[in-house]
Amino acid sequence: MAYDRPLPQPDPQTRPFWDSLKAHAMQLQRSKSTGAWVYYPRLLAPGDPEDELQWAPVTGRGTVYAFAIPHVHPTPAFRALAPYVVALIELEEGVRILSNLIDVEPTPAAVTIGMPVELVYDDVTEEITLPRFRPRSG
Amino acid sequence: MSVPGQHISGKVAIVGVDESDRIGVVSDRSSIALHAEAARNALRDAGLKLADVDGLWTAGVRPTEVGEYLGVAPCYLDGTDVGGSSFVIHVAHAAAAIANGLCDVALITHGQSGRSKFGLPPRPSHSQYLSGQFEDPFGLPQPAGSYALACSRHMHEYGTTKEQLAEIAVSTRKWAMLNPKAMMREPITIDDVLQSRMICWPFNLLDCCLVTDAGGAVVLTNLERARDCRQPPIRVLGFGESFDHHMISQMPNLTAGPAQYSGRRAFEMAGVRHADLDVVQIYDSFTYTVLLTLEDLGFCARGEGGEFVSGGRTAPGGSFPLNTSGGGLSYTHPGMFGIFTVIEGVRQLRHEYVDQGFSDDREQPGRQVRDAKLGLVHGTGLVLSATGTLILGRD
Repeated sequence: MAYDRPLPQPDPQTRPFWDSLKAHAMQLQRSKSTGAWVYYPRLLAPGDPEDELQWAPVTGRGTVYAFAIPHVHPTPAFRALAPYVVALIELEEGVRILSNLIDVEPTPAAVTIGMPVELVYDDVTEEITLPRFRPRSG
Repeated sequence: MSVPGQHISGKVAIVGVDESDRIGVVSDRSSIALHAEAARNALRDAGLKLADVDGLWTAGVRPTEVGEYLGVAPCYLDGTDVGGSSFVIHVAHAAAAIANGLCDVALITHGQSGRSKFGLPPRPSHSQYLSGQFEDPFGLPQPAGSYALACSRHMHEYGTTKEQLAEIAVSTRKWAMLNPKAMMREPITIDDVLQSRMICWPFNLLDCCLVTDAGGAVVLTNLERARDCRQPPIRVLGFGESFDHHMISQMPNLTAGPAQYSGRRAFEMAGVRHADLDVVQIYDSFTYTVLLTLEDLGFCARGEGGEFVSGGRTAPGGSFPLNTSGGGLSYTHPGMFGIFTVIEGVRQLRHEYVDQGFSDDREQPGRQVRDAKLGLVHGTGLVLSATGTLILGRD
């Protein structure tokens, strides 16, 4: 069955990010002067428009920073999937990325804030790969 | 060092407030009609005419749409739109404009057919927007999901419980039972909240605001014009606004929001302390919104919000009268609630509910906060993103 949930539509600034996911080698931007990582991808460094941003690979490892478990959703395709876990993942690089936690029971007892997770490349269409996360051993 | 805004503190007054004729389920009014009806009612309340209005503020739609529909062409327009707190921020912007002589009579309007969905402007959403790329694909229902995420972090860091969150819904419902205009007036218990349908963990249905149809409007003017108005002036003593993110994934700290900054500015500008306040209105989109805002505004220490709201402290008869209309949780919430926090804050300071008894009456607590002279009104917009804080006072 065709993938029926909302898909991102890359733009000129975010295209390298989505391309890196498609290649199963996620890259994010970091500041040339401070080394600080940036998420989401953008044209200019937040806080300093004179700074430069450079693409670099990330480890794909992180921890659960916060989570929610939707039981309802206005979009029918998500409603059919519920309950599922939406999590804010703090990557080892220090930035937080909104994603899904998979391979885990969608209950508050099964998910722990701080639990170690790793990136999973989910090729949802030929064009789009979504970043999702699953528990890893610490 | 000068305090920002101090030179205009108290120089502008709110002189008119009202809702649309009916609120709740209003199946015969479009969104823009709710704006217009509330505007007429608030101008009547003030004893002013539409032709007096020379400044117009609105959100959700453009000021040009409201101006055209009403048939007024003011010389000062402001369409600041940062979600439900917009209308609280509008009061601050209008006060600044009036105090500086840029306009004399400011009209702020709101109207949403949030439940019946007549003439609702489309919600901006697109797969190429930032939210369309970095949030929507993961299925977080908005706005509940964003608040739920933030709440999970508070529970983790401070041990805040679902029972404590439920206390907020229960206390707010008790105020709604005193408000004939409130949509939900049946008593509820903590257990009722915990047993209600799960929406998005950690929120059950009764942790979430209503979805209603309603309009609201507010009129401000300078102190000179205020003398000729029908109602006693309620002065704008202090205000602050702040934001620290647009999308929840970008919120710097999920357990400390921008209210900490807007609140501090408002207190400093007004030159008052927490203990001076008689009555408080805090935007309650979700139970967690209230808990976090109480901490951000400094009514209790970080992490102690859960304990603060326990034991009915914020209910009628409690020591901290909060959301005395019944709030977005039980009175009305058409999508953006901010204007209704202002309306209720003003009515309390006008002592409009004296014939409905006093909240400190132990036998049968009523809606009026006795001798209320100083009130705080606070709005939170989008996903804990943008806040506005007002401190209002009666003479």
